[in-house]
Amino acid sequence: MLRLPPFRYHRPGTVDEAVALLGEFGTEAMPIAGGTDLMPNMKHRLFTPAHVVSLRGIGAMRGIEVVGGRGAGSATPAPGTEKVLRIGALETLANVAAHPLVRRHFPGLADAAGLVAGPQLRNMGTIGGNVCLDTRCTYYNQTSFWRSALGYCLKKDGTVCHVTGVGRKCVAAHSADTPPNLVALGASLTLAGPHGERIMNASDFFVTDGIWNTRREPDEILTGITIPIATGRRSAYRKLRQRNSIDFPLLSVAVAGDFEETGTVKRLTGVVSALGARPRVLAGWSELAVDGRLDGATIDALAQRAHAQCRPLDNLIVDAEWRRAMVPVYVRRALEELTES
Amino acid sequence: MEVVRLRVNGDERVCGVPAHYTLLETLRYGLGLTGSKQGCDKGDCGACTVIVDGRAILSCITPVWEAEGREVRTVEGLARGTEPHPVQDEFDLNGAAQCGFCTPGILCSSVALLDRNPTPTREEIRAALAGNLCRCTGYAKIYDAVEAAATRVGGEARRPDGAGPGPAPKRTPARGVGV
Repeated sequence: MLRLPPFRYHRPGTVDEAVALLGEFGTEAMPIAGGTDLMPNMKHRLFTPAHVVSLRGIGAMRGIEVVGGRGAGSATPAPGTEKVLRIGALETLANVAAHPLVRRHFPGLADAAGLVAGPQLRNMGTIGGNVCLDTRCTYYNQTSFWRSALGYCLKKDGTVCHVTGVGRKCVAAHSADTPPNLVALGASLTLAGPHGERIMNASDFFVTDGIWNTRREPDEILTGITIPIATGRRSAYRKLRQRNSIDFPLLSVAVAGDFEETGTVKRLTGVVSALGARPRVLAGWSELAVDGRLDGATIDALAQRAHAQCRPLDNLIVDAEWRRAMVPVYVRRALEELTES
Repeated sequence: MEVVRLRVNGDERVCGVPAHYTLLETLRYGLGLTGSKQGCDKGDCGACTVIVDGRAILSCITPVWEAEGREVRTVEGLARGTEPHPVQDEFDLNGAAQCGFCTPGILCSSVALLDRNPTPTREEIRAALAGNLCRCTGYAKIYDAVEAAATRVGGEARRPDGAGPGPAPKRTPARGVGV
């Protein structure tokens, strides 16, 4: 039996009220949406906020819709007029996975949302919560009792990293499934805070610090996600995990590409994650793929380039060398799916 | 202690709970509904699965306040009076429970599935039960039971007059069950 630490529960009805509550209670408060990450972490005493601010009653943070598109007739629409898909941060992962607009425009993202955890957790967990998911590590996601045995770690209550044994850098792994896709698709995130709203590229949102791996301030709320819609864009996602029914990723690969009708690649982005504290955009892909076709030789070259860049640490439960060996395999599988669409 | 008002299995229930109670703790220790099980207690195993507004969720990591104003259905509320739900009946007929600890959660996941999709394929059944762990390793018979229940529930859904379920198929209970 794992008891929650005591807290008071607040249920604001608007973003402004929620932001005000987070501001009022400062470091004593945390926001909760689906709670599938925060609740277990609180049971493990990784977080013990005295105030929990529920976002579930905020209707403005729901909805999945296509907006914009006024410039659809011209070849290069004016800035701000592109057609985008807007996803409210409170939409559950089950809704995102099944939504016809997401499936049609961003199959990689829909697949990723449908591969998070198991069905009950997807019915509860939200896409906003998935983007803000805490990093994970063998030595961190354990009960307080377990962690006390070896001594605490850098990320929580301790001064050493049990993974590297040296240094002051936390190497807990970014373990969310949707962000690599959002980065690959060029999505932007809307954050609401005490000073109003700000919009940030998904690719700028994550930092390499495993202790707090996003640029979200503790008193900010992720309210929505916006993804540009482009013709000829394809996306795919592949996830390595121990049990395909429920587990977090040991390695994740998201790919997105723009293709001409002839099959020529105009743009190609690959993002890997679960290896370090942030999703990593694979370097040097454009020169291998753009203006050519995504044939077997090109896919092999892209997979090898991905392998050369990825060096996972022993921060998750399985062997790091095996995870590294799986990088080209999973990159290849994701890219092969792009050629089939 | 604070007062929480819940709608559980069609009944309005009022209960005094600490502010940090989960829905599972409230059901088990506040309302005496001990059918929902406390397994891993951190969202891994599915033993605490209940149905909230038609969706299977994990009550062990749901703050009780999130269930206020919503329709909660637990394993205690699946049967119609003394008539077991077709899924419960087929679990019995197929020998789909061994120790039985995971069974309430699996029944809830199965009923939530059939309420949304009365005619699931076996693959859809497997996917819907992916978040419910059975450590006695009885999955094959569990899928058999849900599949058999689906033919009854789905049959009901297909009946043009929409009147009650058809009679349970006559069948010899699986060996070792009900003996």
